[in-house]
Amino acid sequence: MFRNISGCAISGVFSKSGRRFSGKLIIDSIAAMHERSNGLGGGFAAYGIYPEYKDCYAFHIFYDNESAKEECEKFLASHFDIITLSKIPVRKIPQITDEPMIWRYFMVPLPSKLADSQLDEREFVVRCVFRINSTIDGAYVFSSGKNMGVFKAVGFPEDVGRFYRLEEYEGYCFTAHGRYPTNTPGWWGGAHPFALLDYSVVHNGEISSYDANRRNIEMYGYQCMLKTDTEVITYMIDYLHRKKHLTLKEICTVFAAPFWSTIEIMPYPEREELEYLRNAFESFLITGPFSIIVGFDKGIMALNDRLKLRSMVVGEKDDMVYIASEEAAIRVIENEPDRVWSPKGGEAVIITFEEGTE
Amino acid sequence: MILSAYELGFRLLNERIRSVNGDVTVYDCFGERFIGAGASSKTIVINGTPGNALGMYLDGATIIVNGNSQDAVGDTMNDGKIIINGNAGDALGYAMRGGIIFVRGDAGYRTGIHMKEYKDKKPVIIIGGCTGSFLGEYLAGGCIIVLGLNTDDYPAGEFTGVGMHGGEIFIRSSKPPVNLPGQVTAGIAGEEDICRIKDDIQEFSEVFNIKTEEIFSKPIYRLVPNGKNPYKRLYMDN
Amino acid sequence: MAVNYFYPDYEIIRDYNRCINCRVCERQCANEAHRYLDDADKMVCDDARCVNCQRCVSVCPTRALKITETSNTFRKNANWSEKTIKEIYRQAESGGVLLSSMGNPENYPVYFDKILINASQVTNPSIDPLREPMETRVFLGAKPDRIQRGKDGRLVSNMPPHITLSMPVMFSAMSYGSVSYNTHESLARAAAELGIMYNTGEGGLHENLYKYGKNTIVQVASGRFGVHKTYLNSCAAVEIKIGQGAKPGIGGHLPGTKIVGDVSKTRMVPEGSDAISPAPHHDIYSIEDLKQLVYSIKEATAYTKPVIVKIAAVHNVSAIASGIARSGTDIIAIDGFRGGTGAAPTRIRDHVGIPIELALASVDKRLRDEGIRNKVSLIAGGSIRSSADVVKAIALGADCVYIGSAALIALGCHLCRSCHTGKCNWGIATQREDLAKRLNPDTGYKRLVNMLTAWQHEIKEMMGGMGINSIESLKGNRLMLRGVGLNEKELEILGIKHAAD
Repeated sequence: MFRNISGCAISGVFSKSGRRFSGKLIIDSIAAMHERSNGLGGGFAAYGIYPEYKDCYAFHIFYDNESAKEECEKFLASHFDIITLSKIPVRKIPQITDEPMIWRYFMVPLPSKLADSQLDEREFVVRCVFRINSTIDGAYVFSSGKNMGVFKAVGFPEDVGRFYRLEEYEGYCFTAHGRYPTNTPGWWGGAHPFALLDYSVVHNGEISSYDANRRNIEMYGYQCMLKTDTEVITYMIDYLHRKKHLTLKEICTVFAAPFWSTIEIMPYPEREELEYLRNAFESFLITGPFSIIVGFDKGIMALNDRLKLRSMVVGEKDDMVYIASEEAAIRVIENEPDRVWSPKGGEAVIITFEEGTE
Repeated sequence: MILSAYELGFRLLNERIRSVNGDVTVYDCFGERFIGAGASSKTIVINGTPGNALGMYLDGATIIVNGNSQDAVGDTMNDGKIIINGNAGDALGYAMRGGIIFVRGDAGYRTGIHMKEYKDKKPVIIIGGCTGSFLGEYLAGGCIIVLGLNTDDYPAGEFTGVGMHGGEIFIRSSKPPVNLPGQVTAGIAGEEDICRIKDDIQEFSEVFNIKTEEIFSKPIYRLVPNGKNPYKRLYMDN
Repeated sequence: MAVNYFYPDYEIIRDYNRCINCRVCERQCANEAHRYLDDADKMVCDDARCVNCQRCVSVCPTRALKITETSNTFRKNANWSEKTIKEIYRQAESGGVLLSSMGNPENYPVYFDKILINASQVTNPSIDPLREPMETRVFLGAKPDRIQRGKDGRLVSNMPPHITLSMPVMFSAMSYGSVSYNTHESLARAAAELGIMYNTGEGGLHENLYKYGKNTIVQVASGRFGVHKTYLNSCAAVEIKIGQGAKPGIGGHLPGTKIVGDVSKTRMVPEGSDAISPAPHHDIYSIEDLKQLVYSIKEATAYTKPVIVKIAAVHNVSAIASGIARSGTDIIAIDGFRGGTGAAPTRIRDHVGIPIELALASVDKRLRDEGIRNKVSLIAGGSIRSSADVVKAIALGADCVYIGSAALIALGCHLCRSCHTGKCNWGIATQREDLAKRLNPDTGYKRLVNMLTAWQHEIKEMMGGMGINSIESLKGNRLMLRGVGLNEKELEILGIKHAAD
């Protein structure tokens, strides 16, 4: 058991009206924070990029070799109806080397298999992802949501964006990550964002509660294979949101709980609610420095740790929302925002589509 | 109030019994546990077979069972009365410190185990039939009476009174007790002793409609411990 | 001619240049080791009576006394230690089972001393607990299975009964009878002031102490002494004692000599009569019977109190804990083999059970593997000696710890391990009025508060160093621990890596 520790830069852009825009914007933003990365990992999550297949689960998979691909595709074919599959198009550039085989599949679960499993559809998909990642050597599913995709690699994030031709994609939301790990994992799967279903997380910081969180979430059937904070946070969001039906705001309260001294002077019923959440979900509390940007199907969420040990800035302009580790990363793509502010430690920033957005 | 236990489960049944002010009759009882746990007033009549731990921590209420009961009846009972119109299971009246338990038929192993008394609180158990082994194990106080009305044999099993260091056990039997532990003395109960338990026996005979003459038709042996400190010489300071 | 087979273990050394014949040592020694000779106008002593409790040393106004280990030795033997030989002599004289007190003093590994704690450097900041918030509040009890919402979408509280502590430390069970009333009062008042719990043990609850009910755990042990409905409802939680680390599988036996006055009244047994706790609960012969006892308590308390089940750490403790976690129990307390006792057969105390560190790590892992860790809280006891032990226990997976010996030491105990004699010169493990009054609860409770206030500061310092500002994030956070000098298997069981690995 080793643990991957890294410092980082994060950035996110979201159109509240659901307007789709090119991935170039997010590359420019994350590139502005080049100094926060060290070239050992970068990546993006993009939402709304596959409208023609929006009802299909889009799997992005790294393969180390042909036999892993064969085995994995056999598994996929026996569990899913594969609508279409292809190599993910890339641009060969000298900054990005040693790439694995990178494939994309649009699929829906086989109705008979799904019925046999007695699981709901999303749980079925999650189990298939875990199955592939833990049992098929050399195959790694790094994206599994609908109408969204993760693109990541070892390298500086702006190079990773160019490699994946991200500017050719159009989506309503993008998040990005530039990595500064303290070790040198050469593996592409270890880059961020980390994603499960539609949830994707980019994260900056190193949490001190890591092993408490990991050992807790593993109890609920999640296998932490990457040993990264981001992985654990993603699973905790999936568990609390999808399985426990907490709201995103409540999840933020669980992750970055207000201090007891703050809770105690709150009025009823908030006080009771917060005490309940802190007690019931105590092992989901995250301590230590973190700022995260979470992408999900209906919007974007950002959260800082409760002591605000990491920087995070939010900007707005018309229907656009910008979130980044540094203000410069916003200014470089929108120099005249209507509003720019720094959320408080533990303050949930949750932005969803404007009413009426499809 | 009359309650059916049918498909209620013990938790709901007991909640209902607790919420009733006044007497309760329960029917369709099949193994629901903890009936009357800690109850301090009211009479609970049970038709059927109540589950384990009937009348646990009972604190003054009366429980009447028309049928057999199971294990741990009157466990850690403090006060009140439990009347079983049938047999009782193992560990009847475990650690009981007050109140009365009457069993019409037989009781299981370890009847009255670790019963104790304090000042005016003296628990009494009367068994109409026979009991299993380890009768009155660790007995520290109170009174256990075994009448053996349904047998011509000795009505208790083996190892009666092991670890007994208080209280008394009365056994009605034409055959004398044998093989008792060293610290227990047995003899025919004297007039004074009988006098002490007469009222309880009287009540027992009335409750179950048994003639007192029949009860006193055989010798009654009384078992008492030799001292309050059975293990004093067992240890050496180290 | 009488032959003494052995020389006393300790010698009382008196500096006659300092001794002023004030005779305070004589008055203070319940073992009557000191004596004044009128004719010679001189204090003398009998080393054979000395238990090395240090009372006389502590009260001597001129520091004329000290107790030393005797330099008299038997012929050296690596197999037959002097201790072993002397124990045989004792048994040959008396025919008695050797009786000892307090925790196992033998030289078994102390795993806490082979575990080191982490601190942040660069990649993550340490936090300064004196100025930044640092939270040690702990809840003990089961967590709800699912959340419920009202019509307005707000969360409805469906939290099972639980106890709330200001810090993850509680005073473990010590019965009134095995310890003095003043000890109990000190523990109760300290618990109330600190916002933690003390535990009545199996001796019932003295009527004066009912007012500390909010900070009281009442115990139901096999003897059921002083257990009745009011008792069960006068507390924050009810503990079923199955076993104790110092004497797993063994019942209790408070000799009649200690059943005097209020002890008799509180236990509800006659004066002078032995109070015997059977080895098992005679309504629990199997795991499903435990569920019955747990629910009997829940019924008698209308489901308002969490139920704790305390077991001794024994070989298959994790399987046992798994069974307990499925019995409706809210909290499991595990007592390691070094846990203290007021009296236990020496052979049991020194040879039965396993270390708490291993037991705790194994239980926590097992419950997680089975997905039921959130159904119960875990309390670890059995020689928690300092705040560092607390931090290590929490990081191994405990929600909270129990301290017993440490609390008694704060009250003056010098670990002479003679509690079973009932002649505690410090007024702790005694019912003799003249001795018991030496422990003033007004100072006693303050000393306990002081000690735990200091521990709390230290816990916060260590948490801050790790960059953790709330105790929940330390719980089960084994990456914060590293082993030194442990073999692969030990590391595997503890679930920690070796230092620098």
